[in-house]
Amino acid sequence: MTRGPFHKGAVLLLAAALWTGLAFPAGAIEPGEKLDNPKLEERARELSRELRCLVCQNQSIDDSDAPLARDLRLLVRERLKEGDSNEEVLDYIVARYGDFVLLRPPVRPETWALWAAPFIALFIGGVVVLMLFRRKKETAAEAEPLSDEEAARLDELMEKADAKMRE
Amino acid sequence: MIAETGHFALVLAFAVALLQTVLPQIGAYRQDARLMAVGVPAAQAQFLLVLLSFAALTAAFVTSDFSVYAVAQHSHSAKPLLYKITGVWGNHEGSMLLWILILSVFGAAVATFGRDLPDSLRARVLSVQALIGVAFLAFLLFTSNPFTRLDPAPIDGGGLNPLLQDPALAFHPPFLYMGYVGFSMAFSFAVAALLEGKVDPGWARWVRPWTLAAWMALTLGIAMGSWWAYYELGWGGWWFWDPVENASLMPWLVGTALLHSAIVVEKRGALKSWTILLAIFAFSLSLIGTFLVRSGVLTSVHAFATDPERGLVILFILAFFIGGALTLYAWRAPQLKGGGLFAPVSRESALVLNNLFLAAATVAVFVGTLYPLGLDALTGEKISVGPPFFNMTFVPIVLPLLLLVPLGPLLAWKRSDIYPVLQRLFVAAGLAILTIIAVAAFYSEGPWLAPIGLGLAAWLVFGAFSDIAYRVKAFKAPARESLRRMRHLPRAVWGSTLAHAGVGIMVAGIVGISAWRVESVAAMTTGEVLEVGGYEIMLATVGAYEGPNFRAEKAEFIAMKNGREIARLRPEKRVYPVQNMPTTEAAIYTAWVSDLYVVLGDRRGENEWTVRAYVNPLVPWIWIGSVIMVLGGAVSLSDRRYRLGIPFARRKAPVAAEGTAS
Repeated sequence: MTRGPFHKGAVLLLAAALWTGLAFPAGAIEPGEKLDNPKLEERARELSRELRCLVCQNQSIDDSDAPLARDLRLLVRERLKEGDSNEEVLDYIVARYGDFVLLRPPVRPETWALWAAPFIALFIGGVVVLMLFRRKKETAAEAEPLSDEEAARLDELMEKADAKMRE
Repeated sequence: MIAETGHFALVLAFAVALLQTVLPQIGAYRQDARLMAVGVPAAQAQFLLVLLSFAALTAAFVTSDFSVYAVAQHSHSAKPLLYKITGVWGNHEGSMLLWILILSVFGAAVATFGRDLPDSLRARVLSVQALIGVAFLAFLLFTSNPFTRLDPAPIDGGGLNPLLQDPALAFHPPFLYMGYVGFSMAFSFAVAALLEGKVDPGWARWVRPWTLAAWMALTLGIAMGSWWAYYELGWGGWWFWDPVENASLMPWLVGTALLHSAIVVEKRGALKSWTILLAIFAFSLSLIGTFLVRSGVLTSVHAFATDPERGLVILFILAFFIGGALTLYAWRAPQLKGGGLFAPVSRESALVLNNLFLAAATVAVFVGTLYPLGLDALTGEKISVGPPFFNMTFVPIVLPLLLLVPLGPLLAWKRSDIYPVLQRLFVAAGLAILTIIAVAAFYSEGPWLAPIGLGLAAWLVFGAFSDIAYRVKAFKAPARESLRRMRHLPRAVWGSTLAHAGVGIMVAGIVGISAWRVESVAAMTTGEVLEVGGYEIMLATVGAYEGPNFRAEKAEFIAMKNGREIARLRPEKRVYPVQNMPTTEAAIYTAWVSDLYVVLGDRRGENEWTVRAYVNPLVPWIWIGSVIMVLGGAVSLSDRRYRLGIPFARRKAPVAAEGTAS
């Protein structure tokens, strides 16, 4: 393996400078890493997508071919073979690398705002919209419909405008 | 000499922008026609000067003038001409110059085509647009001068990152910038309207086409970036929820909301104050995106802290424009008169819901992108926010929005009835349910949500065309009558139908690759066959060749289905010696309903390579759908009612009459 993770960081900076997405060639899982048991392998893939490659920028270990990502993939599979549940595997890895390794941030007091913000925004927005309608309903009664004369005048104006547009 | 000319033009542009900021604004305040008129030639002059400066930098890149620092850092004499040109914006200084160039293009466009705008509104728009120009020209001149010289000049340059030496990526920044910076137009119009104290339908008629044009460019830019990531990064991912991508998605989401709410202002005179706010936010998020990417804060909060000059300047610009505009909004918006009333079931309400969901989705992307930075800066605690977070927040917020999309265009303005609308969607709903059943029956493997996802896609596509079917009385009137009606439908109706159908096609693509992707990885020697998702690929040969500025290993695979050859695939592995960096060039055989995607990995032994092969179902539809969305925008833009105001510019018709015609 000729390319090191730090080189990738530099590449990413450049790509970031161009508003692009992640930018390093990667290929992830190598032949021979796979487990023979397809059920376990499926679980390993699921877990890999939840774990961050620590030396990459925002990439899961499932997507990265950095050596450290490979080590983590092997570690996940080893724990699964030992009979760990998915949570146990994640706990084991978090105990070693910290919460930073989780792509799904844990729900803790520090992250409540993170998890809740989108739904609070939706809720507050919904309440505002409902209030808007309530107010509209009150004022709607006051609005009078156009009289026949006004409607006729409006039609005339619209036609004129349409004719002008077609010129 | 060329570089100095460019530098000088840039300084002049800065001076002109200063004048353009101050004089028309004073003119509008005093109602002095002569001062207001200064804005027009100033905007045009500013554009020409920035263009001259950009041309000078391009010349320096094309002629490989390594005495210019930016060229020496980012170009190389052996690079193909195309990438010498696109290298102009492949670096910090040049890309900021491109940003300013596009800003001045929009300013000059208002000056040139906006003759029908009320004088004081146009003067204020040009003044605000120029103020943005002043800020960024100052940023460029004082912190990131693209024309800085090097003495002595190096023999050759540092080269452009090989990953960026790709046609799709080379042209993706200009499109993105047209989108980002295009929203400056909506921003300038919003601030000018707040200063004027009034928003009339004529205002929305102006803002809408420009916003639509910017939105189209941004959509195309994001789609190009995602397509590039798909074929270049070598594992077939197409969206990563990376902060840099999110930086472009946020203005897109708010811009989409703005497009829709501007319709309500134009047609019904309602939602004025909200639309102004959206216009401010769309551009603010563009500025935040600029800050995120330019300041280096994304890589690490600490990198930003150690070299904060550029980041701090952008942060200051950001705070000034966002803070200033929002303060102005808080002060003046309450004076804006509310417009037409509408009932809870009406087209207006549907558009309000659209805005609500899009705004909440933007919040999800916003916190997901910035929360880790904030937490790190405040507490030093590091967390990662990746795809699982967005799947659990963004997706559930967007799904109800997508479900409601087909209803919107069928609802009447002001007050509507839900029952007849549902009736008109009966066929679309039936087809969607049929899709779910058929998919569930034929593809029982994969997540249970997948058939429902494709059902949603079908609902969006057929639902979009339900509007047209209803309007032309398809199958209810004689065919000739339907055709006649079809010809007379406003283009804007075709536009929205296409755009909404495009969303459906894109959803199908996203569901396809997320649910049914098949992967095969193996170590292969020549002559061996690998099976992947119903295809067999045989590694025929691997050879080496020299490119203009790279060395490559190129493999040839014979792709077979049921024992018959269907394609030859030639993936490459390149090394660019200037940067000593490898890239993969995936080979893709597209059957339109799926891609066969083959990557040549590392050499493992004498005659053995790692090979990765994927079958990605429906994935091309993601980009086909995006392009259809853009086409929808283009069709809508070609509606004579919205033609960027150009047809009106030819004659001096009374503005008021044009403003209210519809």
